[in-house]
Amino acid sequence: MPKQLSSFWNVLKESLRDLAPILLVIAFFQFVVVKAPIPDLGSLIVGTLLVVMGLTLFVRGLELGLFPIGEAMAYAFARKGSLFWLLLFAFALGFATTIAEPALIAVADEAAQVAAEGKLIADGEAARAGYALGLRVTVAVSVGFAILIGVLRIVKGWPLHYLIIAGYLGVLVMTPFAPREIIGIAYDSGGVTTSTITVPLVTALGVGLAMSIKGRNPMVDGFGLIAFASLTPIIFVMAYGMII
Amino acid sequence: MSQLHDWLGVFLATIRDVLPIVGILFGFQVLVLRQPLPNLRRALTGFFYVFLGMALFLEGLEQALFPLGKLMAHQLTAPEFIFEGELARAANPAWTRYFWVYCFAALIGFSTTIAEPSLIAVAMKAEEVSGGAVSVWGLRVAVALGVAFGIALGTLRIITGTPLEYYIIAGYVVVVIQTMFAPRIIVPLAYDSGGVTTSTVTVPLVTALGLGLASTVPGRSPMLDGFGLIAFASLFPIIAVMGYAQLSQWRVRRQRAKPDEKGQQPGREE
Repeated sequence: MPKQLSSFWNVLKESLRDLAPILLVIAFFQFVVVKAPIPDLGSLIVGTLLVVMGLTLFVRGLELGLFPIGEAMAYAFARKGSLFWLLLFAFALGFATTIAEPALIAVADEAAQVAAEGKLIADGEAARAGYALGLRVTVAVSVGFAILIGVLRIVKGWPLHYLIIAGYLGVLVMTPFAPREIIGIAYDSGGVTTSTITVPLVTALGVGLAMSIKGRNPMVDGFGLIAFASLTPIIFVMAYGMII
Repeated sequence: MSQLHDWLGVFLATIRDVLPIVGILFGFQVLVLRQPLPNLRRALTGFFYVFLGMALFLEGLEQALFPLGKLMAHQLTAPEFIFEGELARAANPAWTRYFWVYCFAALIGFSTTIAEPSLIAVAMKAEEVSGGAVSVWGLRVAVALGVAFGIALGTLRIITGTPLEYYIIAGYVVVVIQTMFAPRIIVPLAYDSGGVTTSTVTVPLVTALGLGLASTVPGRSPMLDGFGLIAFASLFPIIAVMGYAQLSQWRVRRQRAKPDEKGQQPGREE
């Protein structure tokens, strides 16, 4: 299969080009600014090769697997015509992909530390673990809710910017009332929730839905699911900080 | 042997991340939709590629880029580097001292965003859906510039110790104003690009930079001031993408207006 192979080679070249800026930046700072030799050159080279291979496989896999699956499911849900199942699917997808997200687990543990030092909760192993778990569930529920609202918006054709601006007004109003320790974490949690596998799936789902529903434009209505998923965690985490 | 152990750990962690997604897709497909997927074998191959690709990607980052990037973040923020050989360390150093930190923040923000897999995915989809009006590279560079500016400004905030809310609120006011004037077609994509910029590659390096700064700048607490860089990295791409669209719209308008001014027939140029 020479065609398959040559397209693979093209993706590989693109991955190399994608990574070149990081390598240049690191080399520049290492040699020119910090003026130190690279500590472990061997593992740097091996690691870089792994990253290039990984990115190449990932991009090929997107085209073969994640995009078609997301779109096929969007079409199937549109044909089935049951809003209830579609919304349940949206919530489940958002919740399940977030609860196990490693970046979120790390942030939740750090947040528990901050809360304990800020005397928001009792300082103890059990109290911290409980707080971190509560935070993770809160964020996962908020992302599930976000995808649900986002899908409902595509189906109904509501304009995105009113909803998002209203959401950020909510953030604005809540900020002065939230405990100071939680604000940075809340704002950050909006950014860490959307993982590398969720984003392509959710994007394909949104675009597929917008294409299969009459009167929707995939550009105007199909995008926007990720925007909700970055907004609702801020609101939910600040609320969590205010209630606990 | 420990190498093999690490590999196994990364593979297991990736399986754990992917499993809930596969479970939900499979469950709904079998129980609710009750339809066979078209090209099932192709799709499964793709899923396997994604899974293997993620595992290799993460392992490579852990092995090569993260240790070096984190070390660099610590070296650049270390007082010995900032106050080369000066014995008297100011209790409240001038923010201009941290020149290399801002450069590093901007460059590392830009370069990690270019390599961010989820941004590549969204950019591919956007080019396909817009019929080429939004190009993969145009979007990625616009987003990366936004992240670069955002993270540099975020480090400045940590160094000066000004409250996070003011910056973020001001940023969102700009977003609201831009939303009113930007081409409608770009707005959802711009909002989405705020969320996709910060994942696998960017977050660990940027977090190390933030915590490194907050623990070495006098008067900052890592707990209170170390957070917030991710928020900057999610906000400024929205502004950058809408700005990019507004700029191209403005250029198209000017090009259209020009031939008329000269009294030529529109469309004769080019």
